[in-house]
This record gives sequence, structure tokens and C-alpha cells, in this order.
Amino acid sequence: MSLYILSKEQLGEFVEKLQAKFRVVGPVRTEYGYAFDDITKPEQLELNYSTTILPPKKYFLPQREVLFEFESETDDKGLRSYEVRPIFQEVEPTVIFGVHTCDMHGITLYDRVFAEGYRDEHYVERRENTYIIGMECLTPCDDASFCKDMGTLSAPQVYDLHMTPMNDHYMVDTGTERGEKLLLDHVYVEMARKEDIQQLGQVLSSKWPRFKMRLKVTRDQTPSLLTLGYKAKLWEELGEKCLACGSCTNVCPTCFCFDVQDEMDINMTDGERSRVWDSCQLREFALVAGGHNFRDTKASRVRHRVMRKGKYIKQVHGITGCVGCGRCERACLVNITIPGTINNLHDEMHPEPEKA
Amino acid sequence: MIASSAPNLTTTTIPKEYDGHTSIFLPTMATVVDVQPETKTEKIFTLRLPDGENLNHNPGQFVMLSIPGVGEAPFGVMTSPSRTGETFKLCIRNAGDLTSLIHQLKPGDQVGIRGPFGRGFPHDTFVGKDILVAPGGLALAAPALSLIDEILDHRTDYGRLIILYGARNPSELLLKDRLAEWEKRDDVELQVTVDHPDDEWTGNVGVITTLFEHIQINPYKTIAVTIGPPIMYRFVTMELLGKGLTPDQIWMSFERRMKCGVGKCGHCQVNHRYACQEGPSWTYAEALAFEEAL
Ligand SMILES: Cc1cc2nc3c(=O)[nH]c(=O)nc-3n(C[C@H](O)[C@H](O)[C@H](O)COP(=O)(O)OP(=O)(O)OC[C@H]3O[C@@H](n4cnc5c(N)ncnc54)[C@H](O)[C@@H]3O)c2cc1C
Ligand code: SF4
Ligand code: SF4
Repeated sequence: MSLYILSKEQLGEFVEKLQAKFRVVGPVRTEYGYAFDDITKPEQLELNYSTTILPPKKYFLPQREVLFEFESETDDKGLRSYEVRPIFQEVEPTVIFGVHTCDMHGITLYDRVFAEGYRDEHYVERRENTYIIGMECLTPCDDASFCKDMGTLSAPQVYDLHMTPMNDHYMVDTGTERGEKLLLDHVYVEMARKEDIQQLGQVLSSKWPRFKMRLKVTRDQTPSLLTLGYKAKLWEELGEKCLACGSCTNVCPTCFCFDVQDEMDINMTDGERSRVWDSCQLREFALVAGGHNFRDTKASRVRHRVMRKGKYIKQVHGITGCVGCGRCERACLVNITIPGTINNLHDEMHPEPEKA
Repeated sequence: MIASSAPNLTTTTIPKEYDGHTSIFLPTMATVVDVQPETKTEKIFTLRLPDGENLNHNPGQFVMLSIPGVGEAPFGVMTSPSRTGETFKLCIRNAGDLTSLIHQLKPGDQVGIRGPFGRGFPHDTFVGKDILVAPGGLALAAPALSLIDEILDHRTDYGRLIILYGARNPSELLLKDRLAEWEKRDDVELQVTVDHPDDEWTGNVGVITTLFEHIQINPYKTIAVTIGPPIMYRFVTMELLGKGLTPDQIWMSFERRMKCGVGKCGHCQVNHRYACQEGPSWTYAEALAFEEAL
């Protein structure tokens, strides 16, 4: 697998050719900001976008996904039996253009969550039917992002193709064999020459200083800070501010918790079971029979979210649960942010920062 | 293509193949073969998997039971592995939307089953020990009974079997026939108490911890298993520690909300741990290591 040159003029043709065989999605402009959506004309594709409201997770874990449908039969004694059929909606082979590196790190985590342990083929089938075309970020999307702190400034190996914008062309890396085939079969490209690769190196190394660090601790120090600060006063303060609206978890590329819901058709014999995105910020999330709620206060729920992002997910899946995309910060009406929380926690736990 | 680093997990009913796909969410349809009212609020259901397949569970594990169109919830298995042939039993309290409809099921109706899930009590490591089982309320039937019967069916493998059982009032006592049977056996030491006696009650009165005064244990060779609501754990563990047990000799079972049973939906997390995978059985020593357990 190798590096190729795709001229910017050819991009439209590439998209059009793909559209003949695939569902093509990518960042488009909407009245609320950029969003991943279906591309009908290549011009809609905004590869120079800053960030999208929702991450591309919706293509792998839809907001509502039917898991199985059933038909029931009631015999003459009134006894019910059921026929259950899993639903694997024929996932149309899909190409996602323009996935930023932070979001690719989110997908890396999803792959572990859903493919490890009990393998979730509902996820895996969607994922395997989807080509990921990554997009290198050369400038920060805005002040809310902190990808540099979280180590997500460069791409993990989940992409089929990965593009870096150069002057008049894209440098395209092929991450998988099927990605290489996708490229070579649908557009004219040239092999990158030594000079091109040198130029790419310059572009990549000059991006680093453009990104700022926002955290007072490193990513790897975060778990121990969170352990130390489990009983910090900060959680109470955040709990008082938080509206428990769940926006932060909805927009997060590493949030994957779901609820399971049944629905019955009006005929009362057929129906389906679905999973829908859920949020640990909602009161009912940890409620059990007898009315006991294991996270009754907003403080305990905000803490749980931050603990997951900075520590728990790493403990379970080996990779940090926050990719620094800044989406929760943009979505939160009361300005609860991951960098703010980590930094305030640091200040509370280390009241006299050592002077250099 | 998406590889997983460890072998994929499986259990008796999942993953399930259907038309070239495999699903971990598709329940196996089991048949209700018997329903017995136990108290005003609890009924015991005997279930049979297709072809009478053995559930193949450990004491302390649970299944996800569903009525399609209504919902799915976790229930501890009541039957011990030693008594599980073609059927197994669940004891279900009418506690809400799903369980009230479960209570209307009749023999011949079908229900969905996934599981067994979770870590049960590692009874093979209890061999040779004295076992003290202290369930409160519903927990006697599930999951305590699955462990008690496993011990009774391999009685000589274990030392003493002490059962301390507490219920709110005499009408809520479960498994009265079994209690009478254990009362008669001289290799079972049974003590029962109720919080609120009625006119006929002649036994102990008081919360479950009051029973601990009546017993002497050898702290070197005792394993305690206590199962009940969160508040009970606080007091029972105090008694057990007072008798010289260390936290790793005390086993408990933790109830959490569960939506998937397979370690994905996030509901049952206790700090970073998934109760449906690494639990619901944990030692007190393990529980002390995470803040959200108790
Ligand atoms: C490991 C485990 C073993 C259990 N074993 C038994 C048992 O042997 N017998 C028994 O009667 N009950 C048992 N339960 C409790 C049982 O799951 C709940 O009573 C049941 O989910 C209530 O469902 P419902 O729809 O009737 O109630 P709902 O109408 O949904 O609500 C009633 C209450 O139940 C809570 N609840 C809803 N869904 C769940 C869920 N998935 N998990 C936990 N709580 C929930 C709600 O928060 C609410 O407080 C067990 C729970 C767990 C976690
Ligand atoms: S926690 Fe916030 S910043 Fe971190 S990945 Fe989720 S949405 Fe992005
Ligand atoms: S978006 Fe902000 S207010 Fe809403 S639940 Fe998240 S932290 Fe709380």
C-alpha cells in the first residue's frame, strides 16, 4: 500500500464515480453548522470544514437501530408463541469522506467496544460495509478542540484512505487493500514521488505548532488525577450547574451507551426491539427496582461521565475515552468542558502549583 | 476484518445464527412449563429451552428474560446446576411494567431468554469450607437457592452449611417447604427472622443482623455469601467482619440496571466495571476497591 497524488480537479469525478456504486456521505454545510450527510452533488462536499455537530458514529451506531422483529401467535387457549428475526438492514455500502483524525480515534474505540467480548454483528456489519476516507487537519477546528492534548492529532489505522490537502492536490494514503482498490478503480491517480513525500513531511510537521495545548496535565496523568480527585468539591459545583440534558453524550464520538426499547404494532401481534442512544447524564440511567438510584445526584453523573472519558474507558478498552474533539463543550449550555474540568480538578488537588 | 484481540465470548443462548447473520440480541424462545404463586408478589416460573437444552449456568448467574413487545430484564437463576436438566426456575417479583405482565404468563406461553450471563459464585473454590449464606427477602430464591442446592447435592464436599434468612414479615417468607426441609436436616443450620411478626409468628423478630448473635463460626474456614438490598450489605458486612472474616471471604451480588447483559449498554457500570460481566457476584474486598459499589 502506498501514497498517491489525487489532483484537486479530479475530486469531483472521484465522488461521482463512487456515487454510482456507493452511498457517499461527508461533511456538508447546514443552517446549524457542518454535518455529515448524504452527498448528491460533489460540490456539496465541504472537505475544508471545521467540525460537525454530530460525529460520524451515527453510521455505525444509528440513533435508533432495530435489533429484531417478531410476530406472535395466540392459540385457541390464549397461549402466545413468537417468531423472532434479527434485523440486519442491508447496509448499503457507504463511503464516508472527510473524517477528521479525532473522529477516527473515536471509531478505533468503537471497534474495540463492539467487536471485543460478545461480538456485536449489528455494529460490525455496518462498519465493514463502510469505507472511511480520513482528512488530515492542518489547523485546529476552533478553540474548543484539544486534540493535541489527547494525542489524536494524527490518524489511527482505521482508515481505508486518508487525504492530506496540499497546494493543488491531495496526498492520499491507502490504509487497506480495499481502500487502495476503491481509489485505483474510480479515479486517475499518480504514485507519489520522493519530492511529493518530502513536501508532505513539511506540511505535516508544520501543523504541530498551530495546535494549542489546553490541559494542565498530560493525557497519561489524567487517570491518576481523576483517582485523586474522586471526592473533590468540584463535582458538586458542576452538579449544580449541569442541566442533565444529555447533549454532551449525544454529540460525543466516544459515547456508546444505549437503551433497549420494544414497540408493538397496532395489531398487537407484531413488533420490534430497538436500541437507542442513551445518556448517563439522565436520572433514570442507573435506577433499579425498589427505587434505588446508584447515581441519584447530577454531581455523581457528571463525575461518571468525566471519569469514563479520562479513566474508565482506558481501564476497560486500553484507549483514552476522550478524543479532544470539543463537541461536548460546544453543545453544553452551561459551559461544562473537559479541559475546564480537568484543569479545575488539578487546581483543587494541587492548590500550590510549583513555579518554574 | 474488524479483529478482536481476545476470543469472542459465547454463552448457551447467544450468539445466535439466523439467515447468515449472528446476533447477540436475539432471544431464544423458551416455554413456560409451570407457574407457582409463591407469595402475594412473587411467582416461580419453570422454563424450558428448545429441545430441553441445559442452561449450563453457575450459581449466581442471571438470564435476560423478555416478553417481545414489552421488554427485557435481568433475573437470577433459582435452580442449581445440579438440579438443572431440561428446565430451570426463576422467582419473579411483580415490580413494574414487564414483571406485572410476566405474572400473567401461563404454562404454554413463550418467553425470550438470553444468557446465562455474569460471574456467579465460584463454588468450586468453596470446597472444604464452612458456608454461611445470608439472603434478605427475594434473594433466598434467586440466586441464593442455586448455591444452597449445589452444596446440598454435593454435601460431603463442604463443611457446615449455615443459612440466615430475613424477610420483612411472615407472609413474605419464600420457599416455606424448603425452609421446613432444612429445619429438619441436621447438616443444615437454619435461622429465620422477620422484621414485623404477625399473631402466629413464634420465631425470631428483628432484622437479619440479629441472627448473627445466635451463631458461632470458625473464621479460618468460613465463606460468607450475602445477597440483598444495598442497605443490608452495610450491616451484614459489619457483623461478618466482627466475627473475624476478612473482606475476601465475603461474597455479595450487586443489582444494577441492565439493558444488554453483554457489557455494552453502559447501564450496569460500577465505576469502570460492568456488573453484567465481571459481576454481579463480587467479594467485599473487590467491592471496597470501587467507590460506587456500596
Ligand atoms: C443481576 C440481577 C438479578 C435479578 N434477579 C431478580 C430475580 O431473581 N427476581 C426478581 O424478581 N427480580 C430480579 N432482579 C430485578 C429485576 O430485574 C427488576 O425487578 C425488573 O427489571 C423490573 O422490571 P419491570 O419492567 O417490571 O419494572 P419497571 O416498570 O421497568 O420499573 C420498576 C423498577 O425497576 C427498575 N428497572 C427497570 N429495568 C431494569 C433493569 N433492566 N435492571 C434493573 N432494574 C430495572 C426501574 O428502574 C424501576 O425502579 C434482578 C436484577 C439484576 C440486575
Ligand atoms: S468528551 Fe467531549 S471532547 Fe471528549 S471526545 Fe467526547 S465530545 Fe469530544
Ligand atoms: S451538555 Fe452540559 S448541561 Fe447537558 S448534561 Fe452535559 S454537562 Fe450537563
